[in-house]
Amino acid sequence: MSAPHLEAARPTTPGTELGTPATETPPGTAAPGTGTPHVVGRVDDVPPGEGRAFVAGDVQVAVFRLRDGSLHATQAACPHAGGPLADGQTDVDVLVCPLHLFAYRWADGAATSGAAPVRVYPVREEDGLLVVSV
Amino acid sequence: MTSILGGRLGGATTLHLDDALDTRSRLVVVGNGMAGARFVEEVLERGGGEQFRITVFGDEPHGNYNRIMLSPVLAGESHEDEIVLNSHEWYADNGVDLRAGVRVERIDTAAKQVHAADGSVTGYDHLVLATGSYSFVPPMTGVRTDDGSLLPGVYGFRTIDETRAMLEATGRCTRAVVMGGGLLGLEAARALQGHGLQVELVHAMPWLMNAQLDAEAGAILKRSVESLGITVHLDVLATEVLGTEHVQGVLLKDGRRLDCDLLVVAAGVRPHTDLAVRSGLEVQRGIVVDDQLRTEDPDVYAIGECAQHRDQVYGLVAPAWEHATVLADVLTGTDPDAEYHGSRTATKLKVAGVDVAVMGVNTPERDDDEFLVISEPRRGVHLSVVIRDDRLVGATLLGDTRKVAFLTQAFDRGAPLPEERIRLLVDLSDGVEEVGVAEMPADSQVCNCNGVTKGDLCGAVSGGCATVGEVMDRTRAGKGCGSCKSLVKQIVEWAADGELTEDPAASWYVPGIPMPKPELIRAIREHDLRSVSAVFATLAPDGKDDAKSKMGLTSLLKMIWGHDFVPEKDGEFINDRVHANIQRDGTFSVVPQMKGGVTTPAQLRRIADVAEKYEVPMVKVTGGQRIDLLGVRKEDLPAMWSDLGMPSGYAYGKSFRTVKTCVGSDFCRFGLGDSTQLGIDLETRFQGIESPAKMKLAVVGCPRNCAEAYVKDVGVVAVGNGRWEVYVGGAAGATIRKGDLLATVGSPDEVMTLAGRFMQYYRENANWLERTYDFVPRIGLEKIKAVLLEDSEGICADLDAGMQQSIDAYTDPWGQDAGEPATPGQFRSALPLVALPQVPVR
Ligand code: SRM
Ligand SMILES: Cc1cc2nc3c(=O)[nH]c(=O)nc-3n(C[C@H](O)[C@H](O)[C@H](O)COP(=O)(O)OP(=O)(O)OC[C@H]3O[C@@H](n4cnc5c(N)ncnc54)[C@H](O)[C@@H]3O)c2cc1C
Ligand code: SF4
Ligand code: FES
Repeated sequence: MSAPHLEAARPTTPGTELGTPATETPPGTAAPGTGTPHVVGRVDDVPPGEGRAFVAGDVQVAVFRLRDGSLHATQAACPHAGGPLADGQTDVDVLVCPLHLFAYRWADGAATSGAAPVRVYPVREEDGLLVVSV
Repeated sequence: MTSILGGRLGGATTLHLDDALDTRSRLVVVGNGMAGARFVEEVLERGGGEQFRITVFGDEPHGNYNRIMLSPVLAGESHEDEIVLNSHEWYADNGVDLRAGVRVERIDTAAKQVHAADGSVTGYDHLVLATGSYSFVPPMTGVRTDDGSLLPGVYGFRTIDETRAMLEATGRCTRAVVMGGGLLGLEAARALQGHGLQVELVHAMPWLMNAQLDAEAGAILKRSVESLGITVHLDVLATEVLGTEHVQGVLLKDGRRLDCDLLVVAAGVRPHTDLAVRSGLEVQRGIVVDDQLRTEDPDVYAIGECAQHRDQVYGLVAPAWEHATVLADVLTGTDPDAEYHGSRTATKLKVAGVDVAVMGVNTPERDDDEFLVISEPRRGVHLSVVIRDDRLVGATLLGDTRKVAFLTQAFDRGAPLPEERIRLLVDLSDGVEEVGVAEMPADSQVCNCNGVTKGDLCGAVSGGCATVGEVMDRTRAGKGCGSCKSLVKQIVEWAADGELTEDPAASWYVPGIPMPKPELIRAIREHDLRSVSAVFATLAPDGKDDAKSKMGLTSLLKMIWGHDFVPEKDGEFINDRVHANIQRDGTFSVVPQMKGGVTTPAQLRRIADVAEKYEVPMVKVTGGQRIDLLGVRKEDLPAMWSDLGMPSGYAYGKSFRTVKTCVGSDFCRFGLGDSTQLGIDLETRFQGIESPAKMKLAVVGCPRNCAEAYVKDVGVVAVGNGRWEVYVGGAAGATIRKGDLLATVGSPDEVMTLAGRFMQYYRENANWLERTYDFVPRIGLEKIKAVLLEDSEGICADLDAGMQQSIDAYTDPWGQDAGEPATPGQFRSALPLVALPQVPVR
């Protein structure tokens, strides 16, 4: 499979190159996506079972690699109170925010508590690269 | 995206009999709240499904839910799924036609038809109005927008939709004003405060809960509420709501302005009577009904909060449910002469974390009324009773409701009162012989919401219920406000006399693995499972992992395997992954170890340098006798640790934390033992040991207890002549408990051994997140003494060895990960959206 219209050949996430901490990118909002794919980093940047934050174009996303190999991407900040979702814990069904432990379903981003949902983005692997469509 | 509570799963449909073929009479209920739905249940229980074709209209789109439980939902203590009473499915299964989300607009009593907002017209033979109440919004300038809706940011507190909206707002808002100091207002205030909002409460009356409490009790409640950090303004009206797009504050009549971005109006409720008025039924404060809940129109009834019976309109669920029972008796013909004669409301509530029980009058009304008051404002306790002609006519219990069962009994049935009236309020037997559940009369009411007696509970047990949960399902005890749950549990346990089966999930160590801790430990050893993922793969149902179980499993595996544990970062909470405590803005705090609270000028200088170099926004002395550097960027953590050159103080873990000490015999003129040195030695030996929950210790040099050893997980007190007392299970956090004296020993070495043995016993046997203040009473001090002091189970040597294994496996995580990250990007920012630092710089 190839990525026909990948604009960015290089990762757009500052932190995946040498040096720059990703905080220097201005906060983006979880805007509804146009579906543009972006290479945000390498699959190896996300250790199994964990999440890492990236920038896709100008949108901050959190990408997770579960132990079953599946990839998931969500907006980076928790809709509840801005918690850093990439620091959360995961299982096959949900992502749990580290601040107040709200849980969000991978399937549709809905909060199991009925709180506001999290935005989920399509993500796939291509030649060892992480491609997130926002 | 708003979901429907108790909504129907896709695909289910209700079958309709052809109308013409159905010979059953038509029963229509307007209002799908707590009274309406209960009424339908009661009808069905009496076989009414064959008699009636039942249609229920509900303004809310949801199934029927427990409105009382909206307070814990708002507080984040209950999940909204837990409060569903009857789902859409339930209605379908019982052949009831639920028209959820459909408002009834008009009744044509002549044609016997109801007209609904969806244009439908439904005929009835019997019509029951159960429309409840709505939040009353007092007239204030600016509270509504031009189209009549509430100004954004202003909420009532009555429905799940309002509760959801407020919950969502708590993430954005920082300051709330709650109007109304009754039950609802107090609950809303406490809930919002729990979400971290700054809360001010405005009450138009001179004291809180003025409808239930007298002035003195109200004043005590105010102190309890204020001690939660809620500011209370009494005796003042809000006259204006400020803000045009969104609420910005309220203006009080005395000219003060309170800023807020969230305003909750809980200034009372008004019965929903518009429908009845429009339909020409007699309405005063509520819809007027007779003793059979019938309105002026012989085929129209009203129940619940919208009904006015003998001049009374009730605002509680118990009367509403009594209405439902009586009306079901009448309509189904089970007891055509059944009558309702009013409710003697004895209510037991938990308001803002304070227990309140009230019944009857709250002050003497006649010259010869006896009035007994016990007031302990400092403890937040206020108890009073009013006695007339040797009968109890009123009682108010605030802060201590232990006597409620007996008082309710005396109030309801006029049971004889003790000669010494004070016995009504306190046990003179020094609390030792509290009236046990065995002595309670069978007809004493346990669950006030559902009118369940001790006898009913015992009946359910003898009828075959084998768990507390089953008894609760069968009798509905504890399904209202839930305040009686612990009493229900005690009674059921007593009645079953050891025959109960436990609810299995309650005993699991973590929710994702169906095993109690001892069994889990055995299975882990047997299958040689050394990582969290291996435990899930082998022991979880379908091998499925569970996010909320990972942290507890990591802790347990570390304890079992020591060095041989196979760490997995995703099995750890973020705090443990980066060895620091996450803050609200996604930064972290760094607390270096400072054994026994003793530091040196050189250490202080290093901390000062690091704080400057990394622009630490706040440096604070903690309650644990060390120094906290707060607001640190995740990326800076490793470099900071290297510069500090001090080990981690483990202020983030479920682990051994600190040992607080006092200056002891080295300097203090009263010191009886070298508490400082012993504290340092304890901290050196047990540093960083993981445990089911935090372990905090203290050592003091005499019983003056300057470092608070009596209220620590393990507390050590020098008592002279080289002797030391060892206390366990103490607490002074969310729970306050004086520790139990485990033993008095003759040397610091013995203290070290005994403390280690106790902590290992706790580590092996406590549930995940169970602090010692729960663990010690659960196991029982006598048992713990027998095991640890007399080696009654022959495990002391194993306990000592187990602890030693963990001590040997200890490495300072800062020293380790500062050199080389444990995983790629371990310290990469997770990009919080808020600008850093959010916390003010001091
Ligand atoms: C920093 C400190 C407050 C301070 O500025 O002084 C503090 C800060 C926090 N405490 Fe505490 N507690 C601090 C001393 C205490 C004490 C006093 C003591 O240790 O002697 C207590 C009462 C003793 C006790 O633990 O019972 C205390 C009882 C709690 C509790 C209630 C525990 C309970 O079961 O009763 C919590 C909540 C919890 O654990 O779930 C808590 C939770 C917290 C958390 C971890 C909240 C959280 O989950 O993020 C706070 C972390 C702030 C941070 O990032 O650093 N903190 N906390 C104190 C650090 C002490 C230290 O040096 O290690
Ligand atoms: C947060 C909170 C905490 C509470 N705590 C307690 C407590 O601890 N103890 C206690 O005893 N009580 C408590 N109460 C009060 C208790 O919830 C009520 O007494 C009870 O719900 C009354 O039942 P009801 O059926 O009369 O009214 P409701 O439960 O309000 O039901 C009425 C229903 O009718 C619907 N309706 C109204 N008009 C129409 C129409 N024209 N067409 C169709 N549907 C209509 C409404 O939408 C509503 O769903 C509490 C209430 C709240 C809000
Ligand atoms: S506890 Fe005793 S030894 Fe310690 S400071 Fe207080 S008085 Fe002195
Ligand atoms: S910020 Fe995510 S749960 Fe509160």
